[in-house]
Amino acid sequence: MFIVIVGCGRVGSSVARGMLREGHEVSCLDEDPESHARLEVGLEKSWEDLGGQFTVGAGLEIEALVAAGTEKADVFIASTDGDNTNIIIAQIAQRRYEVPTVIARVLDPLRAEWYQRQGLHTVCPTRVAIDMLETAVRESGGRDGTPDDASEAA
Amino acid sequence: MYIIVVGAGKVGWNLARELLEKEHEVTLIESDRRRYLTVEQELEHNVSYGDASELWVLERAGVQRADMVIAVTGDDEDNMLICQVAREKYLVDQIIARVNNPRNRQHFDLLNVKPSVSATDLILRLLEHEVPEYGLVHLLDLQEEQLEIIEMLLGKDSGLIGRRVGDLSMPEGSLLISVLRSGKGFVPSADTVLEEGDEVLAVLDPGKEDDLKRLFGPEGASANGG
Repeated sequence: MFIVIVGCGRVGSSVARGMLREGHEVSCLDEDPESHARLEVGLEKSWEDLGGQFTVGAGLEIEALVAAGTEKADVFIASTDGDNTNIIIAQIAQRRYEVPTVIARVLDPLRAEWYQRQGLHTVCPTRVAIDMLETAVRESGGRDGTPDDASEAA
Repeated sequence: MYIIVVGAGKVGWNLARELLEKEHEVTLIESDRRRYLTVEQELEHNVSYGDASELWVLERAGVQRADMVIAVTGDDEDNMLICQVAREKYLVDQIIARVNNPRNRQHFDLLNVKPSVSATDLILRLLEHEVPEYGLVHLLDLQEEQLEIIEMLLGKDSGLIGRRVGDLSMPEGSLLISVLRSGKGFVPSADTVLEEGDEVLAVLDPGKEDDLKRLFGPEGASANGG
């Protein structure tokens, strides 16, 4: 598959490396030329030598989206550090370029949930953290090692 | 009307002030704490602190009962998102969005965030009006209805001077509706003969400007087989 990833931070760059390793074609777009270095963390060769593509530009710029190959993408991932940016560019990929699979990273659970209901695939790391923390608390024991009363009552 | 204005920059602040003077109920939402405190000294309870792209902030401002939401922050993504949510989640009837970068207007249209206003575009329009060499002036754009009304000046090099209106081959999707001559306007008939200095008004489908410019320019006569 051909995967376009906009926003090459910790999340975007890790997903990019992982997908490339699995044999997919991966193209990254980021405003910051320096983020290219993050892509190569832990790689034995350069990103390009391994077949990766990297474009400098903003996700709202049509020229940048086209240069990154959005028109022929099978999967489009919006993982910049801005929730609103991700939601908007994901919709552009969906409506303008008709990318079959579009995923937006949205930190705010409320926005993630509403846009998910509107048919946009959102991934909400905050929601995941909330659920994990709640589960960890529920599964923890009290000072004497016994589960707490609330979980027993439930 | 109850109007929520998002972004207390120069545009938002002045807008809120004008709307309050017109006796509307207004909440201005600002996400920068310092800016909020400055504006709050004047607008008091009419300004609210928070990031309006957080749904609970909009809800706290009473977006459910708002008649209009106007997003004029300096960030196009925020303006698009806030207006999209206001209209589609909270069913606000009227929205107005500010476009900071005119190249982003296509995204506002794509997401159906309309109407949108761009200061850069407005100034360009004024420039067209003030600088005659631009030739074609937009008088009215009805984005929803996909119609425009434009005005063109027939310069001395126009190929159409001395020609009958009935003989013009106007591009498909355009119609000559009026001629202004010596300060007076009239509806032309097929027999009206165009003169140098005439200003003609035409209604047209968007995208026909260049065809019209060609017709009314120096090559216009040859385009008409004359």
